[in-house]
Amino acid sequence: MSTQSMTNQDAHAHGHEHDDHEHHDPVATKVFGFWIYIMSDCVLFASIFATYAVLGTNYAGGPTSHELFELPFVLVETFVLLASSFMIGLATLAMNKGNKQGTMLWLALTLMLGAVFVGLEIYEFHHFIAEGAGPQRSAFLSSFFTLVGTHGLHVTSGCIWAIVLLIQIATKGLTDMNRSRLMCLSLFWHFLHIIWICVFTIVYLTGAI
Amino acid sequence: MFGKLTIEAVPYHEPIVMVVLGVAALMGLAVVAAITYFKKWGYLWKEWITSVDHKRLGVMYILVAIVMLIRGFSDAIMMRSQQAIASGGAEGYLPPEHYDQIFTAHGVIMIFFMAMPFMVGLMNIAVPLQIGARDVAFPFLNSLSFWLTMAGVILVNVSLGVGEFAATGWLAYPPLSDIQYSPGVGVDYWIWSLQISGIGTLLTGVNFFVTILKMRAPGMTLMKMPMFTWTALCTNVLIIAAFPILTVTIALLTLDRYIGTHFFTNDMGGNQMMYVNLIWAWGHPEVYILVLPAFGIFAEVVATYCKKRLFGYTSMVYATVAITVLSFVVWLHHFFTMGAGANVNSFFGIATMIIAIPTGVKIFNWLFTMYEGRVQFTVPMAWTLGFLITFTIGGMTGVLLAVPGADYVLHNSLFLIAHFHNVIIGGVVFGYLAGFTYWFPKVFGFKLNEKLGKASAWCWIVGFFTAFMPLYALGFMGMTRRLNSYDNPDWHFPLIVAAIGAVIIACGIACQLLQLVVSIKDRHKNVDETGDPWGGRTLEWSIPSPAPFYNFAHTPVVEERDAFWHMKENGVSEQKPAEYQDIHMPKNTSAGFFIGMIASVFGFALIWHIWWLAIVAGVGIFVTMVLRTFNDDIDYYVPAAEVERIESQRYQKLSNQA
Amino acid sequence: MRKWNYPDILKRVSLLAAVAFVLSGCTGSSLLDPKGPVGAEQKYLIMTSFFLMMIVVIPVIVMTLLFAWRYNYIKNAKYSPNWSHSNKIEVVVWAVPLAIILLLSILTWRSTHALDPHRVPESDREPIVIQVMAMDWKWLFIYPEQGIASVNELAFPVDTPVEFRVTSNSVMNSFFIPQLGSQIYAMAGMENTVHLLATEEGTYPGMSANYSGHGFSGMHFKALATSDEGFQQWVDSVRQAPETLQQDSFNELAKPSRDNPVEYFSAVTPGLYTDIVNSYITSSDSSHHGAEE
Repeated sequence: MSTQSMTNQDAHAHGHEHDDHEHHDPVATKVFGFWIYIMSDCVLFASIFATYAVLGTNYAGGPTSHELFELPFVLVETFVLLASSFMIGLATLAMNKGNKQGTMLWLALTLMLGAVFVGLEIYEFHHFIAEGAGPQRSAFLSSFFTLVGTHGLHVTSGCIWAIVLLIQIATKGLTDMNRSRLMCLSLFWHFLHIIWICVFTIVYLTGAI
Repeated sequence: MFGKLTIEAVPYHEPIVMVVLGVAALMGLAVVAAITYFKKWGYLWKEWITSVDHKRLGVMYILVAIVMLIRGFSDAIMMRSQQAIASGGAEGYLPPEHYDQIFTAHGVIMIFFMAMPFMVGLMNIAVPLQIGARDVAFPFLNSLSFWLTMAGVILVNVSLGVGEFAATGWLAYPPLSDIQYSPGVGVDYWIWSLQISGIGTLLTGVNFFVTILKMRAPGMTLMKMPMFTWTALCTNVLIIAAFPILTVTIALLTLDRYIGTHFFTNDMGGNQMMYVNLIWAWGHPEVYILVLPAFGIFAEVVATYCKKRLFGYTSMVYATVAITVLSFVVWLHHFFTMGAGANVNSFFGIATMIIAIPTGVKIFNWLFTMYEGRVQFTVPMAWTLGFLITFTIGGMTGVLLAVPGADYVLHNSLFLIAHFHNVIIGGVVFGYLAGFTYWFPKVFGFKLNEKLGKASAWCWIVGFFTAFMPLYALGFMGMTRRLNSYDNPDWHFPLIVAAIGAVIIACGIACQLLQLVVSIKDRHKNVDETGDPWGGRTLEWSIPSPAPFYNFAHTPVVEERDAFWHMKENGVSEQKPAEYQDIHMPKNTSAGFFIGMIASVFGFALIWHIWWLAIVAGVGIFVTMVLRTFNDDIDYYVPAAEVERIESQRYQKLSNQA
Repeated sequence: MRKWNYPDILKRVSLLAAVAFVLSGCTGSSLLDPKGPVGAEQKYLIMTSFFLMMIVVIPVIVMTLLFAWRYNYIKNAKYSPNWSHSNKIEVVVWAVPLAIILLLSILTWRSTHALDPHRVPESDREPIVIQVMAMDWKWLFIYPEQGIASVNELAFPVDTPVEFRVTSNSVMNSFFIPQLGSQIYAMAGMENTVHLLATEEGTYPGMSANYSGHGFSGMHFKALATSDEGFQQWVDSVRQAPETLQQDSFNELAKPSRDNPVEYFSAVTPGLYTDIVNSYITSSDSSHHGAEE
């Protein structure tokens, strides 16, 4: 039953070899569509980066980036995210081998590391706010919280997506639909990692020096 | 419990608003009663609300656009009459508190809830048919986009009766739109209606971009695509690249208003100029998002009704692409007067003028398509001729405004207002109305009444010139936009003329509506038996009218530009296929409808700070989405026999005609 | 066949447009009747660009009408259904707009530098400085050299360059005297400048050209361009006023008011204007001067 859901489409496609409409491969179309979505998400982050670039030094007499940022802590965050990116890569490899258990294991690890990353970020935010450096303090802090927070929200939604996908793989197996979902999630995850590299360099590294 | 919402939010002391609400409520009741009486609820639900068919969604988009056109135009009439009265110390009948909401709502509605849905609706109807596809790449997403747009429409209309709308101008510049200067819920209505419908538009952009690139019939290379599909492709590129900027800009304003950040505030390091830059980095491409598909429609219309190939197809494609790229490097021309240096202003001024070159080329290409053609004066052609003359004048005044030195005196004057109405009415509206008439038979199976269509075109063209030429003059007379009253007696006469122009346009809209009624009444007389009422050139005319739900029984194979014309020339257009196959189709779903409706509740809750409801609605959206992903029963097959039955009806009709 | 003759009526419509456009030049049009060198140059600029563009606009309108008439379906004129390309025409339709835009670009580059609002107009007289502040919903003019201030009325001698230093105490506005030329945005925490000069005595209407809230329509003022003696008289009459402007009377004035009458202040606390501008900047960074770059 589990392999039958979306694969009935394949069955039909094979059964109707002359049905010329089927030359549009739905999985490929879906992944392509997701790429396009990622492009638009790129523009979204670019706009927030631009805002940070303009407002990032408007401290309004409040704490400066130099006073706030602690690079070692951010480095830990970065490595957690890097490891999670590696895990989802392994999950994709396992999926390609048709290894359902392996896929789920690596995906679960990705999810856990993602959650740890979000936890670290919440800790950092809480710490800043407790020090009186909340987003209301200055334009610099408004744009800092928004930029890093938007990335964090993306990671959070990635985690929720991973949970849903785990349930779907567990109940239905590695169907075409679930394969394309994992492909998209992996794209999303790597994309978030690249964004984080930009955040790390532009916000933390330049800010701390 | 209800946040900021109290019974005081209903403006029962404002007679104008209450009468409008009363009439709207009566009309709504009448519609509900009619649907109940004719027992159409089931039909409405099964065939329309849950439909993922791109043609049905297109019709619903355009229906929304027409309703919102009437709403937005009522605002226009109120502004014109207010300015015609409020001269020399007279206050007119609209106090600033009301008037300021009206001009804001007019701009927002006309751009976001009239032009955008109209454009997306036409794209929905025509693009899949032109490229020989059975549907868009992601049919469910398409339905979701529509219902998200609908959520925005609902919020804008609710603002009329519950609370207020923004009184900040259509782009809500801070600090005026910040909580300090606009403490009411008006700006929040603006924020959430735009944010929710904007996400719908972004999804549409992704969907149609993928559709055009991945779903074309075999043989249709990019340079063999119909011109409208090309312009739709460019528009979708612009949507994908520009709408995220709008999302961010509105989100940052939201944070300023809701949690007290300092992005655009006067103090604490905020920078209002950043908002102006961001909103126009979206806003200028938005203009081309609207006008490019209109250009595409004119290209189709001119070639069809001149019975001639489109002149300079390749030039036209490159011109379109050039406009697409250039539209991202001109945003600063919207605020030359902010104080940037001469080098920066000149750069953006010259970049803006460069856009006039590809646009000029397009105009000449349409003209030379008419040259040595057989010009049929049909309704779409009337719109096109009106467009060519009107738009050329609008383009000229646009270049004039692009000269920073001239803009220093013309900026924010009525000259500017006349200019952008000149290009938006003359370009966008005329184009969409031409497309509406052109594709109408394909969707409904009968043609629209010619006489009333022409009467409408005449009223619009004459009304436009009567209403906006005086505004050009007023710009030179030093009258700025958004004035509620004025004491310069010289301005009074031109404003009266402008108000008369608005009335003439109102006649045009009335003719349009009457045309619909009369055409529906005479539908058997104007029925389109062949599926090719105009002697069309592109694939949408190769299938029956109304188009069957699966569009093409057989995916066509394309060999040339103007694929259908080519088939007709080779005598293969009416060839009956030897056999039919099962057709793979998406199933209807109510998920899009539910997400859209819950999204409007979500927006409403956030506007009024009803936090618990916002959380419930947010969870509701999430759960609906997840449930949808667990549903694997999303497609089905139309058996070959059923396809054959439907198709043979058409061949029967064709042979009857012969 | 069809009764309506399109080209004929379209012609009439465009004629109407042309008449309206010409009329605009005659009846009390402030932009076409400038009273200073900035405005005069802008009028010249508008006219030049307008006529340059007519080189394309007129042929397009003529061709539209001509082709629609000439190739009307019923006329059986020459018909070439497959003719869709001509290198000659392509070259012309790309080259002509290109040439015009090239000319316009040169004009734009030069005029934008010449008309830069930050540039001081040439004159053998010392410029006079007026600090301008947009408030809800009125204009405050402070004369730092004379130590006086006025609301919704300002005066300056003719043939003297005036340097307006423009800011806002609330939302964004735009300071604009149409007959003298360029406008400039007024924004809180920032000081924008525009230099204007009047060559003729007279009273010129001024206004805000950027919507700023419910009292916006009443936010206009009178600019009096006077002789040197006239200016001195005006200054003297302001000095007679009982009110003075310091922090508390300023706070009182800053409260929103509509259709504010003309007010005079015989004395102003020195540095008040700068204090207000700086009050929005709670840090020493430079980002607030973006508009001045």
